Order: sequence, then structure tokens, then C-alpha cells
Amino acid sequence: MAKMDFIKLTIDGKIIEVAKGTTIYKAAKKLGIEIPILCYMDLENLNIENKPGGCRICSVEVEGRKNLAPSCSTDVAEGMLVKTNSVRVLNARRTIMELILSDHPKDCLTCAKSGNCELQDMAVKLGIREIPGQEYAEMSTYRLDTSPSIIRDMDKCIMCRRCETMCNDFQTVGALHAVNRGFEAVVAPAFEMNLEHSSCTYCGQCVAVCPTGALTEVDHTGKVISALSDPKKTVIVQTAPAVRAALGEEFGLKPGTRVTGEMVTALKNLGFDYVFDTDFAADLTIMEEGTELLDRLTKHLNGDKNVKLPILTSCCPAWVNFFEYHFPDMKDIPSTARSPQQMFGSIAKSYFAEKIGIKREDMIVVSIMPCLAKKYECQRDEFKVDGNPDVDYSITTRELAHLIKQANMDLVGMEKSDFDQPLGESTGAGVIFGATGGVIEAATRTAYELYTGKSLESVDFKQLRGMDGIRSGSVDFDGLEIKIGIAHGLGNARKLLEEVKAGESQYHAIEIMACPGGCIGGGGQPLHHGDSSILSARTKAIYEEDEGKVLRKSHENPYIIKLYEEFLDKPMSDKAHQLLHTHYFDKKKNTFEV
Amino acid sequence: MSNYSMHMLVCGGTGCKSSDSDILVEKLKKELLKQGLEETVQVVMTGCFGFCEKGPIVKIMPDNTFYTQVKPEDAEDIVEEHVVKGRRVTRLLYKDPEKNTAVEDTKHMGFYKKQLRIALRNCGFLDPEKIEEYIARDGYMAIGKVLTELSPEETISLMKDSGLRGRGGAGFPSGLKWEFARNNESDKKYVVCNADEGDPGAFMDRSILEGDPHSVLEAMAITGYCIGADEGFIYIRAEYPLAIERLKIAINQAREYGLLGENILGSGFNFDIGLKYGAGAFVCGEETALIHSMEGERGEPTLKPPFPAESGYHGKPTNVNNVETLANVPSIILKGAEWFSSIGTEKSKGTKVFALAGKINNVGLIEVPMGTTLREVIFEIGGGIKDGKKFKAAQTGGPSGGCLTEKHLDTPIDYENLVANGSMMGSGGMIVLDEDDCMVSIAKFYLGFTVEESCGKCVPCRIVNKRLHELLDRICSGKGELADLDRLKNLGEVIKDTSLCGLGQSSPNPVLSTLDNFYDEYYSHVVDKKCPAGVCKDLMEYFILEENCVGCTACARACPVGAITGERKELHTVNPDICIKCGACMEKCKFDAVILK
Repeated sequence: MAKMDFIKLTIDGKIIEVAKGTTIYKAAKKLGIEIPILCYMDLENLNIENKPGGCRICSVEVEGRKNLAPSCSTDVAEGMLVKTNSVRVLNARRTIMELILSDHPKDCLTCAKSGNCELQDMAVKLGIREIPGQEYAEMSTYRLDTSPSIIRDMDKCIMCRRCETMCNDFQTVGALHAVNRGFEAVVAPAFEMNLEHSSCTYCGQCVAVCPTGALTEVDHTGKVISALSDPKKTVIVQTAPAVRAALGEEFGLKPGTRVTGEMVTALKNLGFDYVFDTDFAADLTIMEEGTELLDRLTKHLNGDKNVKLPILTSCCPAWVNFFEYHFPDMKDIPSTARSPQQMFGSIAKSYFAEKIGIKREDMIVVSIMPCLAKKYECQRDEFKVDGNPDVDYSITTRELAHLIKQANMDLVGMEKSDFDQPLGESTGAGVIFGATGGVIEAATRTAYELYTGKSLESVDFKQLRGMDGIRSGSVDFDGLEIKIGIAHGLGNARKLLEEVKAGESQYHAIEIMACPGGCIGGGGQPLHHGDSSILSARTKAIYEEDEGKVLRKSHENPYIIKLYEEFLDKPMSDKAHQLLHTHYFDKKKNTFEV
Repeated sequence: MSNYSMHMLVCGGTGCKSSDSDILVEKLKKELLKQGLEETVQVVMTGCFGFCEKGPIVKIMPDNTFYTQVKPEDAEDIVEEHVVKGRRVTRLLYKDPEKNTAVEDTKHMGFYKKQLRIALRNCGFLDPEKIEEYIARDGYMAIGKVLTELSPEETISLMKDSGLRGRGGAGFPSGLKWEFARNNESDKKYVVCNADEGDPGAFMDRSILEGDPHSVLEAMAITGYCIGADEGFIYIRAEYPLAIERLKIAINQAREYGLLGENILGSGFNFDIGLKYGAGAFVCGEETALIHSMEGERGEPTLKPPFPAESGYHGKPTNVNNVETLANVPSIILKGAEWFSSIGTEKSKGTKVFALAGKINNVGLIEVPMGTTLREVIFEIGGGIKDGKKFKAAQTGGPSGGCLTEKHLDTPIDYENLVANGSMMGSGGMIVLDEDDCMVSIAKFYLGFTVEESCGKCVPCRIVNKRLHELLDRICSGKGELADLDRLKNLGEVIKDTSLCGLGQSSPNPVLSTLDNFYDEYYSHVVDKKCPAGVCKDLMEYFILEENCVGCTACARACPVGAITGERKELHTVNPDICIKCGACMEKCKFDAVILK
């Protein structure tokens, strides 16, 4: 880089040279000076940056400038003299913090975010001990909004706008936006209607980035505890692949530490009668979805005009909501295969209930998910039999951590256990469902072997992995080139979908995950607090788990083979259709498109 | 075509229209028809004359007669007396408030004597709905000159030399702004006219658009030529229906005449103008917020840089100028930079339009050279304080400005001096306050406006201003403490220091400036619990004067809480501990015995 592209400046007496276009905040960080931030969020490897410059906590003094500068969004300039801790800065920062708190409820003790709240941390960091004038300060107050997945308690909103960035810029869902003026300004669905009536997909990315308790998940831990203590119920649990790669963070473990065995022990100790694995259902999904892909592909190659390609994956419930709301005219494109969570529930309450000789009404199926949309998904009417849901309660990774802590357990140092059988056995293909590209890689492993009749030399399709929002790859199916598209983030999905709509898509199959990085970055995962390197660490853990497996192809899972032999006959059989497939609805809402 | 020997100019501004000036026009025409004079006398509905205090205005040319407060029923007299008999209708003439004599023509009126009208040059002189009248007053000569004689660079250089600065508030040199927009290369650029006038009491932009829309259109086309844009938008609040109507007419006429659209005046230059309506959000006067609103986004500001000149409407280089700024442009082009820069002070050139309001005799719109003193504006043009009261302060710059007091009366008004004295030019609102105004209440009023109009994006403007307002409210209701005054100052300084946009940064000005200039008044409120101006009700007590009370018991019977006691035909007294200050006693007393003190 040419010399002129570098800029020399002084921050708190220290000289530093940084590239042109660097912000004061980032330059200071290089010097080891952590300027406090609140609204700012930079998910670097996802290319998501939220910098409305609204909270003004990061204000610094720049010599020669009339007012203070927001360091998060002010670029460095040659010879700049910056003070991050002058009396003027400290006074302004403290005053602003006191006044943010003056319009924030003081119910920290019972807040869902207590101990994990960026606003609370900032109050601690700045040593706020009192809020002058609180006794006569009016508080802004809003109606509590509860949806199947997400609770909006906007009294706690500090207008950081992170949720808006995720919902509009990243997801292009457009459910949340700032409304009203001045003191009444708040982030809300259009016309301040309930989230449930908006175009919200429950992806939960707003919850994942909310620095306060304004956006939280609907907590079902109480219901789970009640079920566990009911002697008449057989309570079984399934755990999604991404959970094991992140749960450890809640117990102080380094991001990317796998805690599969410890998690199973903890669940058994909590009193679940059977601890099973959603990965098993992921393998089952591959059998159904892979077969459907091959079926559609073959028909298409044979010139059947009624068969549409590409086939789109359907395991992400937020993605399903997204196309039902925004692209209902394309609802015949995604695979009809249910998500692994629902396949599991359906098999558990039929095949397994039969096997252990109990009625489905006496069985409670709990799922541990990295996801908030799963809470909504398990309540969908299609997934109920006579009003009894296939999956009763879906709780998040965070909620599970709370349950474990409540039961006086710590994952650190806990002995490891294996999943129970028959619904606990899985292959590496099931595990990688947790990361973007994983579902399509797993499907490729099986589809290749089923289509070509040959055995794969290497099951690692590294071209399909990575963190880029839209990726593509092609696999040689014995002379037939299969083109694969991958998108994570609904904004990226939208781009691929528009291509399909315009008839310009080059792909045979597309995998879509709503959350950044796939399920490992789900809205129910431990909070990353703006550090997106955590997502990469979880992804790494997922692929390590896959590599450690003896079986890495879904169709080789012996319990899956047995399930078809004993119960389902073959993939896409009538019974499989009835239990493992679904249909989609036109749910286009009367809301504004972004 | 008729050759009229006399013209009746009737004000068709929003103010005069709402006082039936449109009915007056019809009546005048009818009367003229009755006399068979419809071919001799032309009735023209013009834009605002500025002298709104005495509207509706009728000015008769060529003899310059200036009739005030004319009602539709005066039409007959005007035609019969003035036109037919050649006698002025004395009762409708403006009366000099000091000499109490009728003034026959505008040249002798204090209100007009010191004015110099450049931006308002055509307001009140022509029919804004007829492009021919604008052309007859050298309209579209400037665009002609620019397109045929000057390069964009030469025009920008002329503008820079003229010293014209933005009239919307910040006072940024207009020529320089154009140059920035010109220097940013792009396949598309935009010219935006900011007509989102929002200061309470300010209406100069509305008057210009209502009275002389073509001058703004012409200036926008010139701007487009200079920066390399072929499209312009006027962002105007939907609450200005008359201005919108006249703009629409003007745009259509200009298109018909080939003065907008493709290949203007055969020069090969294309430029067209569209309208964008605002919903009346004060913050949308801030240029980045305005552009977001134009794009259909929430009207809230974003950080600068990038400036609109780099990335504006739809990410393209955009030049935003205020209405009044643009209205100056054609005159500058035609009369030259030297002419314009010879008017005004060292750093503030030309004139400024002010909207005079408040406790002043001549409420209205005036245009004076920069450097005119506050004394000249208030006492000569404005005719002094109403009811002979004492001048206390002039609030300039609207909710973003501050107060100028008696000690500033002889300070020449320009951008620099206003800022140096804790106020600002703003868009030119000037509200005059007298001894009966409480400065704490005034500060509270303005802050209340900002609290309502804040977009809520940044914490200082959203929350801190609200707290500032709460503090002022406490002070006005007698709950304030001395320490609150320090807190007011600290909060005000923090808001100035940390707010995102100009609205927030200037919002505490009314508080800080009144604290500076009227500290004693704040002190009285918090320490003595008294409002010296007698405005803050909570700090006043009802009291019955012994000399006036006849003991009629009317007050005691009216009191809903039994706070008044006294025997028949004896002095009554109010118990302040029980009194709820509803004022019923004062209303009932026929002897002026109940007072507030």
C-alpha cells in the first residue's frame, strides 16, 4: 500500500499509524485503548456493521473540533490529537449514561438479561452509583408484546438500532423499524402492531444482538420442569447439532469447546427419561430430502416440465416463514421434508412411543435448539395430531444453560455420557447441519452415493464451507455436474430467490439458513456480544465433531436403516410422506416490503 | 391585450387569504365591472407584502397608496372613491403610530423605509400565478445569462465572490457548496430546495414560494447547470398547500415556456423539477434527514461526512439549498457579485429576511441588509413594543437560537455577532419579548418544541433534552432548587457537545442563553419562589385588595375549595394553603379586588 494511505495520529498521548478510513475507535483499539461502546456493533466476518452514532457513549475529544466526536463513526485524520479520557469526555459520558439509565427500568434482579446485559456492564464500568433527578424523571413506557418466540419489552429499549440493522439490512425482513419521535421513539413493527402480526420470521437475530432485556426469548423452562416432575409423563429430549458447539460458553468455556458428552450427562441428571439427538433426525432428513432431490433431478433430466429445480432446503423454520410471507408464489420450490426437529417429534411420538408401549399423550418431547423460530415451528398446526404437538416444548441453548445452573450443576469437569438409543445415534452428516453449508454437504454425501452407486473417496466438500454470505460449488455426479448454491442470512437468501424467480438460477439445489453462520449463530445461542469470531469457533467445533465420527454419511446410520426396515419402508413412502413431509402456506402479510 | 392605467395589488398570501382577501378580489372586480372600469383597472392577487400585522393589504399603483386591514365590504368605497373620484379612502390608510396621522404611501412608512428587498423583491408586486409577470421583472434573465455567457465554473466563482451564505441556519457559503457538488463526479446529481420551514413563527420561505415561485425555480436550474445536475426536487411541507399549488402552476408554466425540461433556451442544458412533500417534521430541515425523508426512509439525520455533496439523494451528489438562499441567486447573477457583496457586513453579505413576531407593533416579514441593528429592526421597522411596554429580549434563530437583550440592541445583526452573543441566525424567526414575559417559561416553551420534534435517534436529544425540560418545568412550578441551575448548565453543555445533528447541538441554546442573560430571573424562581414577570402560575398567589373589596361574598361562593373566608360587607381573605389557583374568584369579582401576585 502506498505511504499516503496511512494516517498518523495521537490518541491519549500515544502515536499510531493506521490505514486511511479507520475510525478513531478502531485506531484506539489497536493501541489497547478500549473506548466504551453501546450502540455500535461490528460483526466483522459477516460484514454487518451497526453504527447509527446514537448512544454517544463512545464520544472522544478531538483537538480543534467544536464538539465531541463519536469515535465509532469518525474517521481518523492526519495529525489528529484525540483524548479518550479527558474530564470533558468523562463528564459527558457519565451524564449520558446516567440519563440512559434514567429512562430504563430498574428491575435488573428479575430481568432475563441480568448478568448478560451490556447496559448493566456499562453502568458497572462507568461506576454509576446514582441517577440524579430519577425521582421526578418520566419513563417512556410501552405495551409488552409477546409472540410465540420473542418477547418485546420496549421499556428496556435504548434505541441502539442493532435489531433494526439485523432485521432490515441483514435479513431484509423489515419487521422492525424506529417509530415515533423524540422521547417516544422506539423500535417496533409498523403501526406498533404486535410482532405476531408483522412479517417477523422469528429468526431471533434481533434477540441475538439486543444489548439489553428489550428483546428476549419466550422462556419455556418452567414448563419443562413441570413436565419432568410429572410422574405420568415420559419426557424425552432431543438436542440440535449447534447446541453442543456453544453451550460451554455459558459455563465459561472457550468458544468452540465441544460439550456433547457433558450435555448428555446434564440432561440425564435433570431427569429426562431418554436423551436423544436431533442429529439422528438430521440423518433422516437427508434420507428424505436427498431422495426428493434425486427424484426431482431425475424427472427434470427426463424432461418432466412439471418438476421445478432448484430444490431448496426446508429445515430452517425462519426461512420457511420468510418464503411463506415474502415469496408465497414460490412455495412449491422448497423441499417438502420437515425439519429435523419435527421429524424427530413425529417419529418419537409414533415409532418410539409404540416401541416403549406408551400413548402419545403420555409422552412429552422437548427440544434443545439454538433457535427461536423453533418455538413457533413446534406450535404450527400441521405438526399436531389431534391437537397434541409432535414437539411439546422447544427451549434454547441459553434456557438449557439456566436449567443446568438451577440444578446446581456445572458442565466444566462433568463426566461424559452417550445418547440413548435408538434415536440418539447419528453420523457426521447429521452434525454438520449446525453450520452453513452443512445440510447441503450432508445431502451431497448421500445423494452422490445413491445416484452413482459409488463410494465417495472423501466426504469433505470444503468448497461448500465458509462464512461468505452466498457461496456456490459444483459436484461431479459421475459426469453429471450438480450445481449447488448456499446462502446464510435471509438477505442473501432473497438474492438467490430473486434469481430463481427471474428464471436465472443456475443451481440444482440451494441450502438456506436464516442465521449468520447457520444454526451456530442462531437466535437462541449464547450471546456473542458483537464478537463474530465466536461464530467461526463454533463452526470449527462442528466440523471437528464430524471428523471424529466413525460414520459420516446419513444412509449408513444403522438406526436409520432399521427405522426404514421396521417402520417407514423406504424414503418418500406413503408413511414417510405422512410423518416426515409437510406443505406450505401463502402467508403474505399486508406489510411493507423493505 | 388591455392597457391598464391602474393596478390594484391585493395580498394573496396565506395570512391575508385567511382574512378573506380572495373574496375582496372578487368584490373589487365586481365593483369595477359595475363602473365599466374592468379594462382600465387591473386587480392582481400578489404574494405577501410582509406587513401582516395590518393585513389584508391593498396597494394601488401607480400612486403607491397603501390600504391596510381591508375587508371585502370596503371594495365599493375603494372603487367609488379612489378610482372614480380620485380621493384616497383615508380610513383605510396606514396610521403612523407616533404621529397618529395617515400615511399615504409606502415610502413614508417606517416599516418599509429601512428595508432592502432582494429575496422578497417580487413579493407583493406580481401575480405569482403568471410567468409573464415574472419575466417582465427580469425573470429568467439570469438563467439566460448563465447559459449563454458563463461557464459553470465562472458562475460558481461569481457566487463565491458574492459572499452569499446559506439562509437556512448554518450560514455555509453557497458558492463553495456548489463547488463541492460540482467536483464530485457522478453519472447523476441532484439539486434539492429545502422548503421544510419549521421554526415556530418563521414563514419567509412560504411567502417567497407563494409570492415569487419562479425565482426559486430559476435559481435551481442555475444550480443544476453549475453542479452538473439535470433533476431537482423541492422538499416542501404538505402544510403549505397554497405554496404547493403555486409551485405546481409555476413549474408547468416554466415547462411550457421551455424554461424547464429539455434543451432549455436552446442551450442543450436539461433540467426539470419535481415536488416532494414532507409531513411537517422539524428535523427534516436538517439536510441528511431531509434526504432520507425524500427517499421514503425515516426522517432522521445521519452523521456527516459523507456530506450530501458526496453522497446524497439515492447516494448521488446532491446540493441542498434553502428557499431564501435560492431566491437571492437570480439577482446576484444579473447585478453581479460586487453589487451583492457591497451590501452587508464583512463576513455576512446581502440581506436577511426576518419574521417579526411577539410583542411588537408591526408583526410581519421584513428584509434588511446584514448589519442592521436590532434597535433599527425592532423600534424603526417593527414600530416598537406593543402597548408601550418595555423591551426585554428578542429570541432569534427559533428553537435553536437564543435571546438578545437590551445590551445587544446596537449590535449589527449578522451570522458572527449572533453566535458570539449566544444566539444564531437560524432561518430568521425573531420573537420580541417584553417585561411581561418570563424567560424561564420562554426557555421551557422552546425546549418543549425540541422535545416534541426530536427524531429520537441520539441519546442527548432524546433523553437529555427531556430531562432538561422536566427541570425547567419544576423550576416554573416552584419545585426547583439552586443546584438545578448548575445541572441545567451541565446538561445543556453535554447536549451541545454530544448531539448527532444540528437540531440537538443547538437545542439547549434557549436555556443556556436565558441562563446567561437572565440568571436573576432563574434565581428568583428557585430561591424566592417568585416569577418576576408574573407568568408562572404556581409561583403566584391570589390576594384580595382591602381597598377594593366590598365584602360581597361572590368570590367565597365561587371558590370550589372553600379557600376564601370573610363576613358579609367585610374584607375577604384567601388561604394560600387551600387555594388551588383556579382563578374562579378573580373571574367573579366585579370590583377588581382579586389580584395575582
